[in-house]
Amino acid sequence: MAGHSSYVPGTGLTRWLDQRLPIIRLVNDSFVAFPTPRNLNFWYTFGGVLAFMLGIQIVTGIVLAMHYVPNSELAFLSVEQRIMREVNYGWLLRYLHANGASMFFIAVYIHMFRGLYYGSYKAPREVLWILGVFIYLLMVMTAFFGYVLPWGQMSFWGATVITSLFSAVDQLVPHLGTSITTWLWGGFAVDDATLNRFFSLHYLMPFVIAGVVGLHIWALHVPGNNNPLGIDVKGPQDMVPFHPYYTVKDGFFLVLFIIVYLAFVFYAPNFFGNPDNYIQANPMVTPTDIVPEWYLLPFYAMLRSVPQKLLGVLVMGGALVSLLFLPWLDTSKVRSCRFRPLMKQLFWLFAFDCVLLGYCGSQTADAVWNIAGVELPLVWIARLGTLFYFAFFWVLMPWIGKIEVTRPLPESIAQSVLSKGDGL
Amino acid sequence: MANATNPEPTRRDFLYIATGAAVTVGAAFAVWPFIDQMNPSSAVLAMASIEVDLTAIQPGQQVIFKWRGHPLFVRRRTPKEIAAARAVPVSALVDGLARNANLKDAAPASDENRVIKPEWLVLVGVCTHLGCIPTVSTPQSPQGSFGGWLCHCHGSDYDTAGRIRKGPAPQNLAVPPYAFTAPTKIKIG
Repeated sequence: MAGHSSYVPGTGLTRWLDQRLPIIRLVNDSFVAFPTPRNLNFWYTFGGVLAFMLGIQIVTGIVLAMHYVPNSELAFLSVEQRIMREVNYGWLLRYLHANGASMFFIAVYIHMFRGLYYGSYKAPREVLWILGVFIYLLMVMTAFFGYVLPWGQMSFWGATVITSLFSAVDQLVPHLGTSITTWLWGGFAVDDATLNRFFSLHYLMPFVIAGVVGLHIWALHVPGNNNPLGIDVKGPQDMVPFHPYYTVKDGFFLVLFIIVYLAFVFYAPNFFGNPDNYIQANPMVTPTDIVPEWYLLPFYAMLRSVPQKLLGVLVMGGALVSLLFLPWLDTSKVRSCRFRPLMKQLFWLFAFDCVLLGYCGSQTADAVWNIAGVELPLVWIARLGTLFYFAFFWVLMPWIGKIEVTRPLPESIAQSVLSKGDGL
Repeated sequence: MANATNPEPTRRDFLYIATGAAVTVGAAFAVWPFIDQMNPSSAVLAMASIEVDLTAIQPGQQVIFKWRGHPLFVRRRTPKEIAAARAVPVSALVDGLARNANLKDAAPASDENRVIKPEWLVLVGVCTHLGCIPTVSTPQSPQGSFGGWLCHCHGSDYDTAGRIRKGPAPQNLAVPPYAFTAPTKIKIG
């Protein structure tokens, strides 16, 4: 899409088609001849992994829907008995789908942190980044709806807790929040009506994601890829065609990724799951400790760290919304952390903070750390972690971009690649 | 079109505005069925009332019934529990409103306003934070610091009138609409 097309139809048929629907030209220009910076490293292969995982989730999801029953009486049995025991290869499809969700999130987090490290959100790629944040939000919603479908205890109570977040609106407009939750549930509690609509939306949303992914790739192909040096390409000497250079690189790492994915599917299929979800949903019994899936734990820790309901919900929402403003919160002229000594340290602190928050979210609400005899309630760690998360976006990033003395940038990608090795 | 040379509105202006207005209003009406279909269906609304016999419940005991898909707490309070709840001034409460569907919205959260008969405390067993079921506190297994209920999800602590005293929950446990149909029989909803 960027630059002019190099496609020349080889046969009469393709020439005929090219004048009517230039689809081969589009594929050629986007994924074959597309000029790509020659220095993309391993961390740039996760976009391809993500496209693959979206495909896997859609294909396994469509066939699982042929056997699943979205009914509060039958849903649990249709998964645990019909799909897991009776349907041919049902166990495989279910484990591919359930673990696929976790692998999808592992890949998306690496992809996002890579963008953060190399400044891929900075001009002229702001819209590309924002579309990516939208994809992530859609993924979170899809995963949430999907987790409810097996109708286990965690499904049910996770759905109850998350939909109840909307009742915080009661604190602004009395009764409005309750009306919203009743509307979301289709009743006075999470029940059959809720399960049915969640199934419908869970089936719909991957296709919405696929649409936004199309926009994401479109927005990528206008300015072209960023790269580990974070400098603009200066000419053909800085670039290689996407095929075969990156089809083979993406393909190679995709195969490694699939091996890890299948290792979980075959040898630890319940590693990412919660044992409580093997108990059928019971609206009269709350599990002693409700935890969301691992990929939402940092946000859950933020929610729990605030002792006021509405404020807690706003903090959790704000953590996601902050991502949208990132392109304008980073004031530095230099993109890549390779040339930003302060931002590089801040980046790793931020990554550590996210892991720490995730750990806090996985522990019980009243957990205490005992460090050398000093009792440290985990909720205070989560509070500090939440504070740092927001400070990173709204204070440290705008500030550091102004005061940081950056390292000198190389002349060009070609000059940098040819003169030395290609470290992180 | 109205313009510099012809300031009068034309027939096309009229048609343009009329069509736009009809489309806007029509769209708003067309959207409503798609929104309202998500509200509780008549079948869900039809099951919204139950009758409960209280005879078997002992003093100090709580029995849980199911009402509108939620647990319904019916607790037969001991004189000590009633006295503890009545000793607290309304000004000391986190939520000063009774949250009693049988009273006006503005009724204060005194213990008298939380019950019909002091011995029987009838509550929707749903934590007003994020909807978990709080655990009842008994002398044998105390929960929290106020002798009522403790929600294990995020630590909301309720007293013996089901009023929030500590933790993230913003409101007292809700009192459902109910009435005594006999001395030991209540109808909820």
